[in-house]
Formats: sequence, structure tokens, C-alpha cells
Amino acid sequence: MLPALLVCRDSCFRAVTATLSRSTFTGLRCKECGHPYEASARHVCEDVCFGPLEVVYDYDAIRARVSRASIEAGPTSIWRYREFLPIEGDPIDVGTGFTPLLKANRLARRLGLKNLYIKNDGVNMPTLSFKDRVVSVALTRARELGFTTVSCASTGNLANSTAAIAAHAGMECCVFIPSDLEMGKVLGTLIYNPTLMAVKGNYDQVNRLCSEVANTYGWGFVNINLRPYYSEGSKTLGYEVIEQLGWQLPDHIVAPLASGSLFTKIRKGFDEFIKVGLVDEKPVRFSGAQAEGCSPIAQAFAEGRDFITPVKPNTIAKSIAIGNPADGPYAIDLARRTNGSIAAVSDQEIIDGIKLLAETEGVFTETAGGTTIAVLKKLVEEGKIDPGETTVAYITGNGLKTTEAVASSVGEPYTIEPQLASFNAAWERAQSLHRASWEPISV
Amino acid sequence: MAIQVLIPTPLQKFTSDQSSVELEATNVDGLLQAMEGRFPGILARLTDENGKLRRFLNVYVNSEDIRFLDNQATALADGDEVSIVPAVAGG
Repeated sequence: MLPALLVCRDSCFRAVTATLSRSTFTGLRCKECGHPYEASARHVCEDVCFGPLEVVYDYDAIRARVSRASIEAGPTSIWRYREFLPIEGDPIDVGTGFTPLLKANRLARRLGLKNLYIKNDGVNMPTLSFKDRVVSVALTRARELGFTTVSCASTGNLANSTAAIAAHAGMECCVFIPSDLEMGKVLGTLIYNPTLMAVKGNYDQVNRLCSEVANTYGWGFVNINLRPYYSEGSKTLGYEVIEQLGWQLPDHIVAPLASGSLFTKIRKGFDEFIKVGLVDEKPVRFSGAQAEGCSPIAQAFAEGRDFITPVKPNTIAKSIAIGNPADGPYAIDLARRTNGSIAAVSDQEIIDGIKLLAETEGVFTETAGGTTIAVLKKLVEEGKIDPGETTVAYITGNGLKTTEAVASSVGEPYTIEPQLASFNAAWERAQSLHRASWEPISV
Repeated sequence: MAIQVLIPTPLQKFTSDQSSVELEATNVDGLLQAMEGRFPGILARLTDENGKLRRFLNVYVNSEDIRFLDNQATALADGDEVSIVPAVAGG
């Protein structure tokens, strides 16, 4: 029972002493130097080194409270893992999580793999991306810390999710996006009636602006001053895969890399289940996917560097177009430690990846997912994924949000008369269609 | 050479809660020294033992990341705005 300093920065600053009675987390700690902090709204090690802060848990308490049976008896959402998440009271539950883990046999055969799974967060609720996980946690914690206005800097999916879940929770919301985002992501934010700021600049410029706004307005920015809590939501992508594989770890995972946070939190999820005895330990290789037009982590990995040189994004994969990724060094370290890889693919390969997943598995993903599939294919071709490995590819968003990316690559429908003769003629034409050139290999 | 410097919340304890300060300097390194002169102790938070900016801190001159310019040797001109921003996650 640790007293926590709760800081309300919305309209006032106040210090209250609370008891984290229902929680299993005990505070925050610098990931770099280990300096401890109270469980308030802060994200950097401001007393020492400016490293990122992370949540500290009492794993003995978690071990005493959870079992496979207790988790399986929980809700079919991320909140079945609530002991592993940094909240104190009742969660904001919008049904987020527990998305399908598909055995992707047709895609596996196409690629030459035997045990391939797709973790499909493109059907996550309520806004069809993995961001619903992190935002559900962040807004629950924001409410506990006394914020009534929440905000974020977003490449699109986070804006959708923050606006939607804030609407559900009755919180004020102001979100910031680059002004060139796909229309689906803009509409998918506006519909929830937040204040939406479209900034004339790239994501990194939006993020810088938001840091300055956060300094001034004292709102709860999910990816800034609430970041230690927010990022913990991604761990549930690790827990779910373990549970859905029958309480086993996979051999290899492939996930998209934007800031690098998701990648490292999946690992943390695996580590925590090992630590409390829910799953047996074994090596898991971590491989990351970037777009060539924004690949600062892949470049550093390829050059053997442990630091990131920022880049200016130029890719259709806007949801992962972060030129200055905060968790990039941790992602590189993780890939190296686990004998994984980090690779980048071209925009054309990303489009091909979107189509390949759709045509083989019936899953329509956005550009980040296309990047993951394209890198998966590349790593198999380079011999970096063993065909026998149980491999999980993480699909983090839905293709209906980024239709612009593939609009010119999927052909047109046949427009026919409502007559059999018209259909017959069109059908005959369809049999010799150029579509064959898209997929020279039959499954 | 008056330079406007935007101070992030975690550093405002050094600047008497000022979110913006004006200093004289001709490049970023000089600005860091000028900050230490005005606000003793702040340099150790901004830089490591070798005088390099800490890796989780980003510095922008007129909205441009100094890593795209000349890093800590980036020249400053009268009226420039320098922003110090701790790294944040995406996206």
C-alpha cells in the first residue's frame, strides 16, 4: 500500500494522498537510471537523466492473485489482465482487446511457413486498431488522476481511439494530427466530436507542438504525460497471444515499428507471464518492420548502431511514420538480444503485403499491417525465419481507414447490365484478367 | 543575439517556473552555457558528463531538430526560438 501523490493539472494543482488499494503497481521508475517517482502524471526522469519512466509492479501480489483459471474467467477484453495494468479502480471498458489469433494456413503456404498466426487488431474495439488498448488504459488512469480533458499527438489511429473512448467516458478531448492524414482517419476522429487540430507538419512536428501545449495547458496527453500508463496497454498483445496459443509462447514475432513502444511492450507482456508462472520460459525472437520511407530504427539496426538518427518521413505508411522514435534504442536492443531482425520495405512492397494478406486470409489491413506482412515475406526469403517456427505477425490496424493507399492497385468492378448475356461476357473476360499478374503463384 | 528558449515543465523548477526565457548566444552549445550561467544546475540535466545533450532530449531551432542542422554547433541568430522537448512516444 503505497501512498501516491496524485496531481490534477487540469484546472489546478492539488496533492492528495491516496492508497492504491486495488492496484498492483507501486509507482514509476526511470528505465535508464532506475530513479523512483510517485505514480503521478509524468513521463520523464526529470530529477536525473530525462530517460523514460515505466510503471513498477508488485509481482508477488500479482502472483498471489492470478492464475490461468482466474484470467480465463475474466471478461473477453484487456481487463481480464487488469492485475497487470496500472489502474486503481474500475476501468473504462469499451470491449477493447481479445481480438482473433488466426491460424494463417494459406498465407503460410504462400510464404513457405508451417505455423503462422495473425494477431488481428484490425478488428479491435471500438476504433479498429491496437491503439484502443493503450487508450483504454491511459484514459482510465487519466480519470483517476483527476484529468477532465485528454489529448494526444497522433498519426491517425491514436486520434480515433482517444476521441472515441473520451466520448464514451464523457471527457473533453482535443487531439492533434498531421494535416495530410488519410480521410478515413480524419473522419474517424471528427465523428466523436473532439476538437481536432490538423497541424501543417509531420508527426514529429506535431509531437513537439503537443509537448509545448502540455507544458501550458495541463491536459492529460495520453502519449506524453500519461505515457508510462498508456504504453502498458500494449502488453496485452503479448498476454493474449500466449493465452490463445494454449498458454505457450511463440517462437518468433513480427511487429511494426513506429516509436518502438509496442514492440518492447509485447516482450514485457511475455516476461511478466513468465515471471508470475503463467507460462514456461523459452526463447522468442523479435523482428520489427518499417517502411523504407521512414526507417530510422531499421537503418540503425543495419549499421550496428545503438542510437537513432532521426529522419524525415516520406511513405504511404503514415501510421508508423515517426522519424524520431522515442523507444527506438530499446527496439534495436530487443531484436539483437533475441536474434531477431529489423527490416524495411518499399511502399510498393507494402501495398503488395496488404493485398497478399487480404487475398490469402480475408484480412484487410492498413499500411502498417502491409509493412509487417512485407517484412515477414522478406525475412522468410532471406532465411531469417525458420519455416517450422511458430510465428505470430501482429496486424495493428484496419485497411478501411487507409483505402487511398490501395485504391489504384485493386482494379475496378465490372459494370454489367442486369442480363445473363452481359454477365457471361464479363465472366469470360474476367477469366483472362490481368489480376493474375498480381499473384503469379497459386496457393 | 536575443534567443527565446522554451523550457519544458520538468526543467521549470530551475527557471522559477518560467516556461520561456530570453538569453544571449551564438550557437546551441553557447546557449547551454548561458542557461547554466543564469540557472545553475540546469546543464547537468541537459547534458551528460561529456557535455553531449542527453539522448532522450530533443532540441529544435525554429522548429527544426538540431540533428538535421549542425547539432550542438548549430548557429543561432537574433530572434531565433529554441525549444527543448523530452522525447515522447507515438503515434
